[in-house]
Amino acid sequence: MKNKALTLPFVLWAMIFIVVPLVMIVWYGVTIEEPIPYTEIIQPDGSVIYELENGSRTTEKPWQKRAVVSLSNFKRMLEPTYLRLLLRSLKVAVITTVICLALGYPVALILTGRDFKRPALWLMLLILPMWMNFLLRTYSWMSILENSGILNSWIARLREAIPVLDEWLLARGVRRRIIFLYNENAVILGMVYNYLSFMIMPIYTVIEKIDRSLLEAAADLGASPAKSFMRVTLPYSLPGVLEGITMVFVPAVTTFVISQLMGGGKVPLIGDIIQNQFGKSSDWHFGATLSLLVMVVVLAFMGALGRIDKEDEQSKEVRIL
Amino acid sequence: MENNVILSVKDLRVVFEDGFVALGGVSLDIGKNEFVTLLGPSGCGKTTLLRCIGGFEKPTSGEILYKGEDIIHLPPYKRAINTVFQRYALFPHLNVAQNVAFGPDLRGEDKKKTALEVSRMLEMVGLAGYEKRKISSLSGGQQQRVAIARALINKPDVLLLDEPLAALDLKLRREMQLELKRIQRESGITFIFVTHDQEEALTMSDRVAVMRSGEILQLGTPEDIYNEPQSAFVADFIGDSNILAGTMVRDRLVRFLNCEFPCVDGGFGEQAEVDIVVRPEDLKLRTMEDPIEGVPQGVVESLLFKGVHYEMKVRSGDSVLLVHSTHARPVGTRVKMFVAPEDIQVMHKSDCSPDVLKRHADRAK
Amino acid sequence: MNWKRRIRKAYIGLIMAFLYAPIVMLILYSFNNSKSRAQWGGFTLKWYRELFTDEAIMGALGTTLSVGFLAAAISTVLGTFGAIALFQMKRRPRQAMMSIVNLPMLNSEVVTGVSLMLLYAMAHIQLGYVTLLLSHIAFCVPYVVLSVMPKLRQLDPNLAEAAQDLGATPLQGFFRVILPDIMPGVFSGFIMALTMSIDDFVVSFFTTGSGVSNLSITIYTMAKRGISPKINALSTIIFVCVFVLLIGINLQDLKKDDGSGKKVEKVRIPY
Repeated sequence: MKNKALTLPFVLWAMIFIVVPLVMIVWYGVTIEEPIPYTEIIQPDGSVIYELENGSRTTEKPWQKRAVVSLSNFKRMLEPTYLRLLLRSLKVAVITTVICLALGYPVALILTGRDFKRPALWLMLLILPMWMNFLLRTYSWMSILENSGILNSWIARLREAIPVLDEWLLARGVRRRIIFLYNENAVILGMVYNYLSFMIMPIYTVIEKIDRSLLEAAADLGASPAKSFMRVTLPYSLPGVLEGITMVFVPAVTTFVISQLMGGGKVPLIGDIIQNQFGKSSDWHFGATLSLLVMVVVLAFMGALGRIDKEDEQSKEVRIL
Repeated sequence: MENNVILSVKDLRVVFEDGFVALGGVSLDIGKNEFVTLLGPSGCGKTTLLRCIGGFEKPTSGEILYKGEDIIHLPPYKRAINTVFQRYALFPHLNVAQNVAFGPDLRGEDKKKTALEVSRMLEMVGLAGYEKRKISSLSGGQQQRVAIARALINKPDVLLLDEPLAALDLKLRREMQLELKRIQRESGITFIFVTHDQEEALTMSDRVAVMRSGEILQLGTPEDIYNEPQSAFVADFIGDSNILAGTMVRDRLVRFLNCEFPCVDGGFGEQAEVDIVVRPEDLKLRTMEDPIEGVPQGVVESLLFKGVHYEMKVRSGDSVLLVHSTHARPVGTRVKMFVAPEDIQVMHKSDCSPDVLKRHADRAK
Repeated sequence: MNWKRRIRKAYIGLIMAFLYAPIVMLILYSFNNSKSRAQWGGFTLKWYRELFTDEAIMGALGTTLSVGFLAAAISTVLGTFGAIALFQMKRRPRQAMMSIVNLPMLNSEVVTGVSLMLLYAMAHIQLGYVTLLLSHIAFCVPYVVLSVMPKLRQLDPNLAEAAQDLGATPLQGFFRVILPDIMPGVFSGFIMALTMSIDDFVVSFFTTGSGVSNLSITIYTMAKRGISPKINALSTIIFVCVFVLLIGINLQDLKKDDGSGKKVEKVRIPY
């Protein structure tokens, strides 16, 4: 088969669905809409004729808009309101990533150890909830943490059963109905729950591949378990950690579902604002500018982790078709 | 000879996109039932030539005639030529029988007939009863045999083999060499065999083409190639040798190692610079008491026992000569060296002489 | 030493509890005969009955499944041939194309969603089922390429040539030799695409319209309004399906490893 017959459709597809859309974001991002300019010409009879730039005249007032290149959306983006949102998004994402790493690394480490006869089976069980729909996962926490949710009803029953406890808590200002949702912590909880497996998987995959004889050699050379962890396991697992960090941080910094459901709109993140621009506010140009910002933040983050230029392992050209 | 030719390569050139000349105008006639080996170091173009014949590489110019017809524009699947690949390229998801039956199945041949044929082929390569085995359960040598059976079942007139023994260990390789030779003789198929192992080439082939930098330097029977190399490169590549710079005093008299030797070659012109090859087993050592006069003298520098013979290095002036003999001389012995006129091979200087001579001179250090 | 081991096991248990607690709650309360989660009103199946008669949810489920399977199938074909095309390219253009194909995976979903929405706006394509499907294909293809590529690299470089040498046309060679060999990669690419598509909310949110909504979007709008036990029932069903499916897919692999202690277990989990 001619190489082109295979390559061309794929390249074309990639252009239409990857390159062009990104170019569109850039274009929308650096432009704003403004009414097309015209001059009013007052006729001797008092009626008004509108002349457009290209010289055409109409009697109706022009309503069309046109896109002009402008950096005003970038200026708007730098307003404190938006910068604060960006900072909060970054903060929430960083906290989420750190918690996921702290919770997930030990999981990967323990599963690759010798405690479990069927590590892969356990791993599968850990990942299984992730196969449910993302929205359902988030929703499940909502129904637990809601003001009239499962957790509160259990607490209420507990307090009814033990009046002493109830009084003691009331004295300390703990209300009968604790508000778990609609704050930053709830958003972080939702993110950790949704993204934890993104951290466990890559780390597990990398640690599993570490040659056991390395660890045995380290032990043989007199390294304590702690030392051989620091000298062997940790450095070798670093690529997995970086991958995990990326896979948690990127969705965390841009999500708007979790912040809206778990945060109830009280903890807006940058993703929420972008979504707004394409919904209620309907300022696509500003939305695109903010998307550009997010893109740059994400790419800068990955650049810092050195994850953009993956090396190309393939050196030989091989024909298959 | 002319109507015995089955495959004829004419002035074949292959220039890669980066400008590298893989084949620089190669011509070669191959006869029916012949075992021809393309021999050379890696990068010499031997595999490229084979791939052109198989149809996997498109030559830049030139012709490949198969039974008198140009097949250059035929894709591999339309050529009545089959290939055994270096790493066998067996189909991992099929078992042994399915692999061997791949060609007949594609042609839609009768299943029962094919099954019989498969068993016959497996028997021929010494794998009777292996039909249902998985490819991954076979050893390297067995995979090799399956690959040969898979090719031979299509009854090609020409079989191409691309370094098929390279992945096997020495003992198995020797075994397979004999096996391949037997299969070739029994099947009457023309074999074109690619290798960089000169010993392999000499033992198996009817004719050997020694290649270097996209050209055939010498084409001949193994005896010709060994005994009468036409250039320092061939002499150096085939077997152990002493290659020395010399001067043709006149026809049948050559001077090297500061001595004059009668020889059987002529036609180089007087005082012409030439390269001299003397095989280590052709250098005869004599004691200093020997009455022979006008021969180079030297001192034995090292002695190694090699099983069949002793290998000695003898220093004579600036040169160190390799000598094979069944007779050991202790290190430090002074000796005279004698070479029979017919054992001196005189060659024209070629572009790689300096390299080869330098390497041989480096032995002296 | 034993207590250390116990701590490690307990830790895994805790994480499991964290991951499964909400799901167990959902399943329990999907049988609760009371609209409020505050009290247990006895066992009932009425939420399941209501779920199956809820046209909005059932329609959304249908959309999710049809988009999921169509997008997975199409992107598997596109991604497999794309991976082969990439594989056969020369080094420089291949590297360039690889970075382009990797972009959607590097980019956040929001950016992908917004960019596709702008694409459809520019092309004057009405947002709806078609744009939803196209978008899902768009973000699934890179994952298929990602899972097929390593299989291509592992291929014996002479395999395709060997097939042609034995008389197979390039297409015959592909279907008889290459495809069976890279099948595990193609299959896991398909599963990955299916999961990604079914799980997706963000891209769908931006690229669907005119009343077409999938499960994610429906749950999103419902959850914003408040919680309905019908969704508990839906979650239960989906969880059971996923559980059975994953166990089924992996059962053979797990069985194969039985007894052989040293062999590393491989589990097919797309992530």
